[in-house]
Amino acid sequence: MPIIVEHLTHVYMPGSPFESLALDDVSFEIKDGEFIGLIGHTGSGKSTLVQHLNGLLKPTSGRIVVDDIEITSTSKVPKRLRQHVGLVFQYPEHQLFEETVYQDIAFGPRNLNLPEGEVERRVREAMALVGLDFEAIKDRSPFEISGGQRRRVAIAGVLAMEPSILILDEPTAGLDPKGRDEILSQIKNLHEQRGMTIILVSHSMEDIARLVDRIIVMNRGKIALVGKPEEVFSCVEELHAMGLGIPQITQVMRGLKARGMDVPDNIYTVDQAVKVILERIRGKKNA
Amino acid sequence: MEPIIRLQDVQFEYLSFEGEEIAALNGVTLDIQKGEFVVIIGHNGSGKSTLAKHLNALLRPSSGVVWIKGMDTRDEDKLWEIRQTAGMVFQNPDNQLVATIVEEDVAFGPENLGLPPEEIRRRVNEALKAVGMEEYAQAAPHYLSGGQKQRVAIAGILAMKPEIIVLDEPTAMLDPVGRREVMETVKYLNRHEGITVVHITHYMEEAVDADRVIVMEQGKIVLQGTPRQVFSQVEVLKEIGLDVPQVTELAYRLKAEGLDIPLDVLKVEEMVEAICRL
Repeated sequence: MPIIVEHLTHVYMPGSPFESLALDDVSFEIKDGEFIGLIGHTGSGKSTLVQHLNGLLKPTSGRIVVDDIEITSTSKVPKRLRQHVGLVFQYPEHQLFEETVYQDIAFGPRNLNLPEGEVERRVREAMALVGLDFEAIKDRSPFEISGGQRRRVAIAGVLAMEPSILILDEPTAGLDPKGRDEILSQIKNLHEQRGMTIILVSHSMEDIARLVDRIIVMNRGKIALVGKPEEVFSCVEELHAMGLGIPQITQVMRGLKARGMDVPDNIYTVDQAVKVILERIRGKKNA
Repeated sequence: MEPIIRLQDVQFEYLSFEGEEIAALNGVTLDIQKGEFVVIIGHNGSGKSTLAKHLNALLRPSSGVVWIKGMDTRDEDKLWEIRQTAGMVFQNPDNQLVATIVEEDVAFGPENLGLPPEEIRRRVNEALKAVGMEEYAQAAPHYLSGGQKQRVAIAGILAMKPEIIVLDEPTAMLDPVGRREVMETVKYLNRHEGITVVHITHYMEEAVDADRVIVMEQGKIVLQGTPRQVFSQVEVLKEIGLDVPQVTELAYRLKAEGLDIPLDVLKVEEMVEAICRL
C-alpha cells in the first residue's frame, strides 16, 4: 500500500489567538515496503504529520491517500485505516491498562470481534515478533515487568492488529543501549521478513543511517530534505542550521576528505569506515 | 580534604514482586571530591538510579554508610540539611514543575525555607540567569520546550544553593537541541559555580567531558577512571551491553587490524588526526 501525501497543510486552533501552522504544504510518496526515517527537532511537525497517516488528525487542506482510502478535510475516516496503519506513540507503555500482558495485547483484536482462537493466535504471534516469551509473561501484570518489556508489550498490542504500515514515534527513547538495539533489530525484522512499510521517527542519526532506505527531514512544518541517507547527510550545513547533526563516523570521513584522503561520502557505520580506511591505508603503503 | 560525597560498602536490598530479595546496590564504596564532575553509566537495572537516590537520602542503605558533606544520611535530624546540600533533577521535566509561572516554580524551594522575600527574589533571578532562562521568568512552563523545562527544574534546585547536584538521566526524554542545552548548563554550573555534579546518563557523548566516569553493573562499580581510560576498555563495555562513542569504536577496530591508532580517541578531530599521521 503506497502512501501519497499531497499539499498537506494543518493549522492548529484556526481562528483563535493560538492559531499555528504545523504543516505547510507537505507532499511526498512512500512506496510499498519502504523503510523511512523521519527526523526533525521538536516542533518541526513530524508528530502532526504521522497522526494524519492513520486518520487521528484530518488535513486543514490537501489530501492523503493510503491504499484506496482518501482523507481530506471533509472525509470521514474509515475504521479500517487504523487497522492498516499501526501507530506506536512515544512512551507507548504509558498506555497499558489491562490486568495481564495477554489481556492488554488482546484488547485490539477483541474489538474487531474476532473469535478467541484467532485472538490468541495474534497475541502469540505479536509477542514472538517483539521477542517476548508467551508462556513466561502472558499472565503477568504489565506493571510488574521491566521498562523495556513494557514497551514491547505496547508495540505487540499494535502488531496484533496486523497492520501493513507501522509508524513508530521514537520507539527507543529512554531505553538503555541494549534495550534500544533489541527493539531496533525487531523493527528491522518486521521490515525484512514481513515486508512491512515502516516509518521510524527518531532523533538518532546513527540509528536512522544504518536502518532506513530513505530519510525525510522536517523543519518548521515543511519537508526540508528527502533522500537516501548519503544524500541527506551530505547536506551538513543545512542540517546544522536545523539543529540536527550527522553521525560521528560521517564527520570523521568528511574530516579525512578535507585533509585530502579519497573517501566516499556514504559512510555512516563503523563497519563501513573500517573497511574504507584499511583499503586506503594499505593501498598507500603498497603504492 | 574530606570528600563531599562518601559511600562506604553500601548495600541496598528490596523485595521484588515475587518476594525475592534483590540487591540493587551490592557493596559500593566511592569518594567524590568537591567540584568534581562525575558521570555514571550502566544499563537499566544496574543500580545507578538507586545510587543517585542515596545521595540525598531519598533512600538509605540497608547496610554500609553514606556521608554527604560529613553528614550520615541515616541521621533523621540532618535530613533537610542533606537535601539542601544535594539537589536532584529527574528524568521527566513534566513531573518536576509545580507552578504555573516559571519564576514561581523556581521560588518554590526558597519560599519553603521561609526566606525573606527580597532574598527569594535575588535567588530566583540568579538561578534563572545561571541556566540562561531569565527571559522566560514570566512564561508558563507548558509553553517551554523539554530542554527549557529541565533548565527551569535545575534553576529550582539552584535556588536552594546546593553544593551538589545529582541529575538522574535528565536528558533521556529530550531531543538533541534540548540535550545540548542541558549539558551546557550542567557544565557551566560545575566550572563556573563550583558545584559538584553527579550526572547519570545513557548517552556516552555526555560522559566525554567528565572528570571521572563510573560504570555500574549489577549493583557494583565495575570500571572507573577518566573518560579516556574508561572508553578505551571497549571490550569490557561491550560485554556489559554499553556503547562507546563511534570514534572510539573505530579506533579499537582499526587497532585490532594492526594500525597504529591510540585507543583513547574520543573526538572526531583526534580521529582524523590519528589516521592522517599513519
